Amino acid sequence: MTLRDYAIRYGFIVLLFGLVAYFAIAADGFVSPQSAVFIFQSVAITGVLALGVTATLVVGGFDLSIGSVATSAMMAAAYVMVVLEQNALVAVIACLLIGALVGLINGWLIVYMRVPDLLATLGMMFLLVGLQRIPTEGRSIATGMTMPDGSVANGKFSDAFLALGRHRFDFFIPNLIPVSVVVLLVLALLIWFFLEYTRFGRMMYAVGSNERAAELAGAPVKAYKIWAYVISGVFASIGGILLAARLGRGDIASGNNLLLDAVAAALIGYAVLGAAKPNAFGTAVGALFVGILLQGLTMMNAPYYTQDFVKGVVLVVALVFTFALSGRGRG
Amino acid sequence: MVGNAVFRVEGLRKSFGRNEVLGGIALDLHAGEVTVLMGANGAGKSTLVKIVSGVYERGGGTMTLAGAEFAPNTPAEAIRAGVVTVHQNINDGVVADLDVATNLTLDRLSGRGAPTLFNPARVRREAKAVADRMGLAIDLKARVSDLSLADRQMVAIARALAHQPKVLILDEPTSSLSSAEADRLFALVDRLREQGVAILYISHRMSDIRRLADRIVSMRDGVVSGAFDTKPLDYEGAVNAMLGRKIHLDQIVARSSARAVLNVEGLRIAHGAKPISLTLGDGEVVAITGLVGVGKTALAETLFGVRRPLDGAMTMNGKPYAPRSAGDAIAAGVFLVAKDRATSGIIGGFNIERNVSLPFLKRMSNFSVLKRRLERATARRQIEQLGIVCRSEKDEMSALSGGNQQKVMVARWMAQNAALFILDEPFQGVDISARRDIAAKLRASANGRATLLFLTELDEALETADRILVMSEHTIVGEHRNADVDLDRLLAEVAGGPLHNAA
Repeated sequence: MTLRDYAIRYGFIVLLFGLVAYFAIAADGFVSPQSAVFIFQSVAITGVLALGVTATLVVGGFDLSIGSVATSAMMAAAYVMVVLEQNALVAVIACLLIGALVGLINGWLIVYMRVPDLLATLGMMFLLVGLQRIPTEGRSIATGMTMPDGSVANGKFSDAFLALGRHRFDFFIPNLIPVSVVVLLVLALLIWFFLEYTRFGRMMYAVGSNERAAELAGAPVKAYKIWAYVISGVFASIGGILLAARLGRGDIASGNNLLLDAVAAALIGYAVLGAAKPNAFGTAVGALFVGILLQGLTMMNAPYYTQDFVKGVVLVVALVFTFALSGRGRG
Repeated sequence: MVGNAVFRVEGLRKSFGRNEVLGGIALDLHAGEVTVLMGANGAGKSTLVKIVSGVYERGGGTMTLAGAEFAPNTPAEAIRAGVVTVHQNINDGVVADLDVATNLTLDRLSGRGAPTLFNPARVRREAKAVADRMGLAIDLKARVSDLSLADRQMVAIARALAHQPKVLILDEPTSSLSSAEADRLFALVDRLREQGVAILYISHRMSDIRRLADRIVSMRDGVVSGAFDTKPLDYEGAVNAMLGRKIHLDQIVARSSARAVLNVEGLRIAHGAKPISLTLGDGEVVAITGLVGVGKTALAETLFGVRRPLDGAMTMNGKPYAPRSAGDAIAAGVFLVAKDRATSGIIGGFNIERNVSLPFLKRMSNFSVLKRRLERATARRQIEQLGIVCRSEKDEMSALSGGNQQKVMVARWMAQNAALFILDEPFQGVDISARRDIAAKLRASANGRATLLFLTELDEALETADRILVMSEHTIVGEHRNADVDLDRLLAEVAGGPLHNAA
């Protein structure tokens, strides 16, 4: 391997470690279990969404609706528990069903209605942003709110559901690791194993690289594409459940950044280990990279309004790594 | 005859790197005549067209137009000088989202002296003039994307003719037209011929050629291999010159088979085509030959389940066989090495190993988890079997030569035992030694399955097959045992007509 190959392969990882080393020296308290957990927690929800969108990137598609699927799931969870007064399990199942259904519709639009992926999921995004406001006439959902018909919603978030956002597992230090971080790690492992080690994952990559060749090798290409969007929808709805559990209410104004952050993480993932293709490990590292950068900058008192700019710079640099330097972006 | 050539090409050469594509082409085009240019894939037709139309720079030689030197540097220059080309891909010649009138006058919207403001009334007026001159009966306000392919092509040609060219080049203009649509095109070509335009018509379709040709020029391997201008035109001679005949008949010991594997009864693959019936036997290598566009790939895809026949029935080893997808076909033991490996074979993102294992992942996994060790062992075995030149099974496909890439495609499907192994143009873009390797491997491993090859090049068929079938007009028109082939009859069948001269 030449120096250039090494740069492409390990450049981003080296950058990540360099960043950690820099913050360790420059920012007090950056190196601590609490700080590490905080970083993981801050990227948990976007990370889950990013892993889902990775599945659609693998089959050569894209899913812009993940952010609004997550907020719709959040609103649905709140509605089920607060207005319909159901328990946590019903709320979780409702959310997952919404995610799967949206994924199916996205896949159907793209595969059978031949709507280009970006446009189909963009349309779905607008649809969901609007839809989630209809049941409450645009109000956020919290215990004691007044419903459109004048009645008062008396249900409340069950403790079991809130635990998804607030419980912390002991890990050497008591009450250290939040549920959301565990969910992120488990899902990352699952999707990584699925994409790398099962025949379904392999075929999804084949579909993304050369659809016709995959079809002529006997793959049901349409089914694979639809499944990718279902995975994306379900993952996004899991992100929505975590968001609802963290907030403890159905907040109409939250989750604005979810889409862009998740997509950025997945695209940064292309550059990790010179993969030059969507991959689960890269996506997880990409999400972590953004989290570390923001946490470090925050601890060094960088103003909050520079955050989006910093994320954008990281994304652009990562894309240059992927497409210009490795020269494999065309493949 | 030499004196009145409007357009002359002499000693035209072109190389890409060390690869010489044109080795000194001479061509005359006469006013009011249709000259048909024939040539197999890779003969250099498109390179010639691209040089004449100003897309490529020539490597050597001269071109004269009406006695004056003709050396276009850009397509626009060629058009301005009066040499207009309508390319094969119809949609390259029109802008789908604009209306017909704008398309017809599009070339006047840019360049020096074009008005800054877009004046719809003037555009429509000019477009109407163009359409009338051509006898084009299409609504000028219609959007091109709403037109049929034939109408789009008419628009593309009309647009080309708005420049009032001296020379018109039509590159396989009927390749995506139905026969009724083609008739309209022929009427237009007749009209232009009467108007004194010199037309170069590139086609493989014998019916087109019989209908239009005043002269035929055949190309092979970058040189003119035959020119025919005495009536009646010698069509078989032209096909022969195009396909060449440098055959070593001693290489094949034709085998015949005792047990039928595939039986096809009354299969119709195109509207208006005669039904196909054929039997393929165990251990037999059968080649189906015919010109481009006679339905070879359609037949291959029908056998492989990715295209539905209009009519007919198939049986595999005595059982009914009606695949509804590639997956069905593969499950029944029918494998296809598809034509054009770059678009329908190779997974660019995968290395050799993963390209080889692609169709059989299910058989190489436990509860859907891939057995990577088995995958690697299979790839290594296949690399060894076919003599693929590479560093290891982890090599990227892009690092391989064309011949080795094709070997990987063949290796992919030879990793498991087939009942029927179909290869569509397996020697396209493959060097001679790789081609010999693949052919030898196919023949050596032929027992236990039927092998069916689709080949445009007659040489390749004669080199590899036990039996040769000829296709024309979407059906099978001839059959030859590769032992004492009557080449004259075979060529006449390829050319799609009765045998004219007994000689």
